[in-house]
Amino acid sequence: MALNQSVLSVNELTVSFRQYTRGLRQIELTVITGLSAEIQPGKILAVIGSSGSGKSLLAHAILGILPSNARVTGTMAYDGEELTAERQVKLRGREIAFIPQSVNYLDPLMKVGAQVRASIKDNKKEVQRDIFARYHLDSQVENLYPFQLSGGMARRVLVSGAMVSDARLIIADEPTPGLHPEIVEEALTHLRQLADEGRAVMLITHDVGAVLNVADYIAVFYAGTTVETAPVKDFAGKGEALRHPYSKALWKALPQNDFIPVSGFQPSPGDLPLGCLFSPRCPMASRECFESRPLERELRGGKVRCYHAT
Amino acid sequence: MQLKQLILFILGKMVKMFILLAALCLLSFWMVSNSPVDPVQAYVGADMMLVGPEQLERISAYWGVDKPPIEQFGRWASALLQGDLGTSMIFRRPVASIIKERFFASLILMGLAWTLSGLVGFALGIVAGMKQNTWVDKAIKSYCLILASTPTFWLGLILLIIFAVWLNWFPLGLAVPAGVLTENVRLIDRIHHLILPALTLSVLGVANIALHTRQKLVEVLSSEYVLLARARGASETEILWRHGIRNIALPAITLQFASLSELFGGSVLAETVFSYPGLGRATVQAGLRSDVPLLLGCVIFSAVFVFSGNLIADTVYRVVDPRIRHKDGAV
Repeated sequence: MALNQSVLSVNELTVSFRQYTRGLRQIELTVITGLSAEIQPGKILAVIGSSGSGKSLLAHAILGILPSNARVTGTMAYDGEELTAERQVKLRGREIAFIPQSVNYLDPLMKVGAQVRASIKDNKKEVQRDIFARYHLDSQVENLYPFQLSGGMARRVLVSGAMVSDARLIIADEPTPGLHPEIVEEALTHLRQLADEGRAVMLITHDVGAVLNVADYIAVFYAGTTVETAPVKDFAGKGEALRHPYSKALWKALPQNDFIPVSGFQPSPGDLPLGCLFSPRCPMASRECFESRPLERELRGGKVRCYHAT
Repeated sequence: MQLKQLILFILGKMVKMFILLAALCLLSFWMVSNSPVDPVQAYVGADMMLVGPEQLERISAYWGVDKPPIEQFGRWASALLQGDLGTSMIFRRPVASIIKERFFASLILMGLAWTLSGLVGFALGIVAGMKQNTWVDKAIKSYCLILASTPTFWLGLILLIIFAVWLNWFPLGLAVPAGVLTENVRLIDRIHHLILPALTLSVLGVANIALHTRQKLVEVLSSEYVLLARARGASETEILWRHGIRNIALPAITLQFASLSELFGGSVLAETVFSYPGLGRATVQAGLRSDVPLLLGCVIFSAVFVFSGNLIADTVYRVVDPRIRHKDGAV
C-alpha cells in the first residue's frame, strides 16, 4: 500500500459538531475520531460499521458536504495532493462520484431523466440516453417520477447519475437495509466491475457478509474511527488472522459464525472514553488502554489501532 | 380516466358544498332570529319617537318579520331556490345586486392584497430559508411573528394615523373621493383609495406564507436529494431553482388559496376601518341592523367564496402533483 499510488488517502480525520444544550452550554460531539484510510485504483475498500456509527459522515466529509456546524481536522489527499474545500467543490460530481442507495436521494417531483441530466455538462440528452441504455433502463424510464420506479430501477438511475462523468473515485453509501437481496447482489457486482475498470471504490456498509466476495480490503469502523484495516482474506475461519479485538468480536457475532453478540454498546459521540475507544468493552484492556489512544500501526499486511494486537 | 376522476372529485365536493350551505343558512337564520336587535327598531333608528305603534306594525307586516321564524325561513328559502335572494331592508334594493356591486369592490381589494402577500411572502420565505439561522433569517422570522400577532383593525388604524392623518398621503377612507359624481371618478382616484386598505390586508397575509415557505424550504434543503445534488456538484442557486422552487411552490399555492377565508375575515375588518364599501362592510352593516336577507346573502356568498378557494387548492394538488396525478401509473 504505497502512499503515492493512492487515489484517496485520509489521515487522522476528525469530524465534530458543536451543539448547544440548555442555556449556553456547548458540547462537542465527535462523530469521527482520528480516522485513516486509503484506496488504490482498481480496489474496493469496504468500510463496515454498525448502523448509526457515523460512517455515512465519512462519505460526506470526503465530498465536503457536511453541514456548516461541522468542524473537520486532519488531512485528506486526492491523487497525492491535498484535498482542500475548493478542490472538493471542483472534483465532486466529476472525479469523485457518490452513489447513494435509497430512492429518497431522488427529488420526488422531478422526472428521473431530468435529474440525471442535471449533472451532465454537455450533450445532456444524448449522454443521459447512452448511460440509461448502458444500465438497461428503458427509454421511457427517463419520463418517470421516482415513486414509479422499482427498487432496482431506482438504484440503476442513481448509478447512472454518478457515472455520467468518468469518475476515478466512487463512494457508495450502504445499500438500504430491506432492499431485495438480488438488488444488493447486482449493486455489489456492479461496483466490482467499476473497480476492475481501474476506479477506486469506497463502499460504506453495515453488512460484512455481503462484501466478502467483492471487497479487496475491509476497514472496520468503530465509534468514529477505523480500528483495523485488513485484506479481505483475513476475514475467514474463526477470525484468527484479524488483528483488533473488536474485528474479531464482530466477525464472531455473525450468524454464519459463532453468533455471539459483542457485549456492551458503542460510546456516544458526546461521551467518548479517554483512552482507546474500544477499551470499555475490551476483554484485553490494560491500564495504558484506558489512559491513551493507540496510534495506527502496520501489522501483518494490515493496519491496526491496538496496543495488544499481534 | 384521469379526467373522469377529476370530474367525480369536483362533483363530490359540490354535493358537500350544498349540504354545507343548507346547514349554514339554517344556522345563520336561527341565530339572527334570536338576535336581540329588532329589525324594525334598527331601521327606524333615532326617529323612534316620531313613529307610532301602528306604523311600526305596518313596517313589520310589510317585511314579514311579524310571522313566526319558521314561516319566514320557509318563504326565504323557497325564494332562494328560485334564485331570488330577497330585498335588503336597509338599502331597499335586491340583495343580489348589492352583493354583486360590493363584491366587485372587495374583489379588487382582496385580489390586490392576495397577490401582493403571496409574492412578497413567498420571496421572504425563500430568502429566510436559504439564509437559515443567519441574521437575515432571524429578522424575517421576527417580522413575520410580529405581523402574525397584529390584529388587522389595529394595523389599519396605525396606517391611517401615519399615512392619512400625519403625512396626508392617502385619503382617510371610502373607495372614491366624496362629492364627485361616479362618471367623474378617475382610475387614479380609485387606486389612491385602495392602497392603504390593500396594504393592511396584504401585510398580514405575508406572515403566514413566508413562515410556511421558509419551513418547507428548510426541509427541502436538508433532504437527501439535495444532499445528493450537492455531492454531484450543484451550486446552492442551482439547487434552489432545480429542487427548491419545485418542492415548495405547490404547498405555497395551496396555502394561498386556502387562506381565502382569512383574507375574507380580514377584509371585513379592513373595510370597516377604512369605510371601504365592500362586501365585508355590507356584512357588518347587515348584522348590526338585523337586515336578515342581506346578511344571509353575504353569508352564502362568502361561504361559496371560501369553499371555492379550498376547492381550487385541492384541485391544484391533483392536477399538478405527479404523485397524485399518476396514482395508478406505476410502470
